[in-house]
Amino acid sequence: MSTLPEAATGHTVSESLKVSSTPASGANPSLPAESEEVAFDIRNFSMWYGQRQALMDVTIRIPARKVTAIIGPSGCGKSTFLRALNRMHELTPGTRLEGSLRHYGADLYGPGVEAVAIRRRVGMVFQKSNPFPTMSIAENVLVGLRLNGVRDKKVLQARLEESLHMAALWEEVKDVLHRPGTSLSGGQQQRLCIARSLAVQPQTLLMDEPCSALDPLATAKIEELIQTLRERYTVVIVTHNMQQAARCSDRTAFFYMGRLIEFDNTRNIFTSPGNPQTEAYVSGRFG
Amino acid sequence: MTESPYLPTPRFARWRKMKSSAATAILVVCALAVIAPLFLVIYFLLSSGFSSLDWNFFTQLPKPTGEVGGGMANAIAGTIILLAMATVVGVPFGIFGGIYLAEYGSDRANNWIRFAADVLNGVPSIVWGMVVYLMLVVPFKTFSAYAGGVALGLMMVPLVMRTTEEVLILVPQSYREAALALGVARWKMIVVIVVRTALKGIATGVIVALARIAGETAPLLFTALGNTFWSTNLKQPISALPLQIFAYAISPYDDWHRQAWAGALVLVALILALNITVRVLSRDRNKTD
Amino acid sequence: MPSTTQALPAPGSRGPDIAFKWVAVLAAAMIVVLIVLVGWQLYYGSRLSLAKYGVGFLWSSEWDPVADKYGALPFIFGTLVSSLIALLIAVPLGVATALFLTELAPIRVRQPIIMAIEMLAAVPSVIFGLWGIFVLIPWLRDHLFIWLKRYLGFLPLFQGPIYGVSMLAAGIIIAIMILPIITSISREILRSVPNLQREAAYALGATRWEVLKIAVLSYARRGLFGAAILGLGRAMGETMAVTMVIGNRPQISASLFAPGYTLASVVANEFTEATTELYLSSLFEIGLVLLAVAILVNVAAQVLLKSMTGSGPIKVN
Repeated sequence: MSTLPEAATGHTVSESLKVSSTPASGANPSLPAESEEVAFDIRNFSMWYGQRQALMDVTIRIPARKVTAIIGPSGCGKSTFLRALNRMHELTPGTRLEGSLRHYGADLYGPGVEAVAIRRRVGMVFQKSNPFPTMSIAENVLVGLRLNGVRDKKVLQARLEESLHMAALWEEVKDVLHRPGTSLSGGQQQRLCIARSLAVQPQTLLMDEPCSALDPLATAKIEELIQTLRERYTVVIVTHNMQQAARCSDRTAFFYMGRLIEFDNTRNIFTSPGNPQTEAYVSGRFG
Repeated sequence: MTESPYLPTPRFARWRKMKSSAATAILVVCALAVIAPLFLVIYFLLSSGFSSLDWNFFTQLPKPTGEVGGGMANAIAGTIILLAMATVVGVPFGIFGGIYLAEYGSDRANNWIRFAADVLNGVPSIVWGMVVYLMLVVPFKTFSAYAGGVALGLMMVPLVMRTTEEVLILVPQSYREAALALGVARWKMIVVIVVRTALKGIATGVIVALARIAGETAPLLFTALGNTFWSTNLKQPISALPLQIFAYAISPYDDWHRQAWAGALVLVALILALNITVRVLSRDRNKTD
Repeated sequence: MPSTTQALPAPGSRGPDIAFKWVAVLAAAMIVVLIVLVGWQLYYGSRLSLAKYGVGFLWSSEWDPVADKYGALPFIFGTLVSSLIALLIAVPLGVATALFLTELAPIRVRQPIIMAIEMLAAVPSVIFGLWGIFVLIPWLRDHLFIWLKRYLGFLPLFQGPIYGVSMLAAGIIIAIMILPIITSISREILRSVPNLQREAAYALGATRWEVLKIAVLSYARRGLFGAAILGLGRAMGETMAVTMVIGNRPQISASLFAPGYTLASVVANEFTEATTELYLSSLFEIGLVLLAVAILVNVAAQVLLKSMTGSGPIKVN
């Protein structure tokens, strides 16, 4: 139980937010419970964009087959963190990292490990839906499978239906599967992207503010969808909407200025957070 | 810890990876293939032409057919004269056209005019030669430097117009409003404020257009025609570097071939000088990419 | 003086203002006038042969100045074939290079290559022709063509006597000349593909080539096709370099080794030697055909390109 190191990055933390009683990484060490399976075992993880340090010494164990929400003010590093979970940050030149990151026990950054293989098991849905415009709805859903060499028409058809069902989109598109992916509404497109990610049967699904570009009705549909994904998939969702985190997730992690401040059951985070910074954020005093 | 499921053991994954690496390699090779001709051309220009660049070359006139020696003084002078005439013809039209697009034109009219400018850009250069032939050579019954200058100048118009428009649009609207609010006449505002501000950009556009037409041969074939003697009479045929290079290159004489290379080197140097001027002038403009 | 929301014109400036505006209007209108002028002059110059031959001019293959008989087919054939060869070479190379520049190359490599391509674009046609006569043709005649004949000679394309000057030589040199514009327009098209598309493909576990294929190239299909059409328009109008390496013989042959003739190069070659009115008029008609085709292709290209990037891209000089 040590004091949060203060001037590590050269900025001062105001007095009212000084932390005194939680471990440096801010994670509740009792979570996940020993009996729970761990999806992501992350220790002392730090990341730099060039000279700027975006993530500082994050240690967290994200449970499997539960929904974990990541919240925090803009610029706190939550998207950066999410993208590190499937090595999407490697698309930006000049990034550097330290620490260890394991997914179901396997080191994601180990020698010889390929990003391509990782992303089949850790899928991602983006803030703005991005179906491929030159492909039909069906082709969009199946593109991941086809890339991996699946040719059997029966298998493809089965997965197509299964994924669209899971994305709660089947009823709406079953008669127009040949239409271009971009002919759907915004909310439908996002569900299409979810179906596309699910079709390759990943173990984990990462979602980067998936509803921020959608209207409330479409958002509600996607939140419903997230509930049904639990128990089958590990879901990690970044959101700036605290009510959404409170509604949808089992665990919540609060990030601030590149650090993990607190990680606990969602209920605790929103009703009785242990950390004053967390409390300040969830009660709307800043962010 | 069990063996990592992310290590690429499946054969198919390796095949995909190989395809990707092979594709990358092919793309690199293609990029090299694309710039290779440039180096080949430069190499031969220098090796075949440089040694012929002596004082004689720049000061003497072509010798009679088959005789060795002589130079391209008239061609160099001719090119400069033609470029000057092209500027006189093409720049006023181009700049005023650009002023219209930027300061007066309605959206609809502008779309049509820009479309027309693009069409004009796609007209093959030899067609320009044929048109000016009918307009200026036939009625006066003589090939002339005028005709050549007009042909080149007309080719410049769409280019200068587009670049002028682009540059004028960049001048902030607040300058115009400030001038008008002072009670300055609109035409004065345009000339003194807007054009003055954009002058460097306009000059750049003109030089770019000049670099484009400096190497044009086809429009000159039946307008300026070419001349083996020294002539600065604008009503007579006049020589030009591209014309001379062409005539020498297709001739059967080795000495003329040698001079063609030298002439080509001078022409390329001229165009390079123009391009460098453009770069120097636009140095403080933001670079894209 | 009452205050107004608009600035009053300066006293005494009405006249000059109007004059200035009309000068500008006239200058802009010149552009349209020029197009009409060009079309009209060509039409006027070709009225004799239009009257005599009509449309049949286009598919008559007899070009015989001695007998004063003319037909445009050999030149249409030559223009089409040489342009097609050029496209087959330049489009894959150009698009590949554009891909390399936008997706693969680090900045330090990109700049010099872009500069090199710009320099290539600045080299005049006649200099390519010069290089073509003395460097390319001998190499083709003594090496590449012989190789092609030996290994691919079962195809009628690669049969027949080898002179060096040939349709294939013209195609190659045109390809070199249109590479810069195809590459630069393709680059603009590829850069307009939103990054979000690439990320979607990467997130599915696609390899780099797969990302290029499904997220970039498919998305950019229409624009790249437009770039190719633009290249075609350029190719068809090339005159000098083609004249210097194609052999200038009005014949239609299946062999790529055979000399040929294009619409632009016959005009360049024979215009000043046209002895009869009909001869000259026929050349004008050829110019008319060339103009019509060049304009059509260019317009088609512009339409395609605009439909891809909305506000119309790219300066096409």
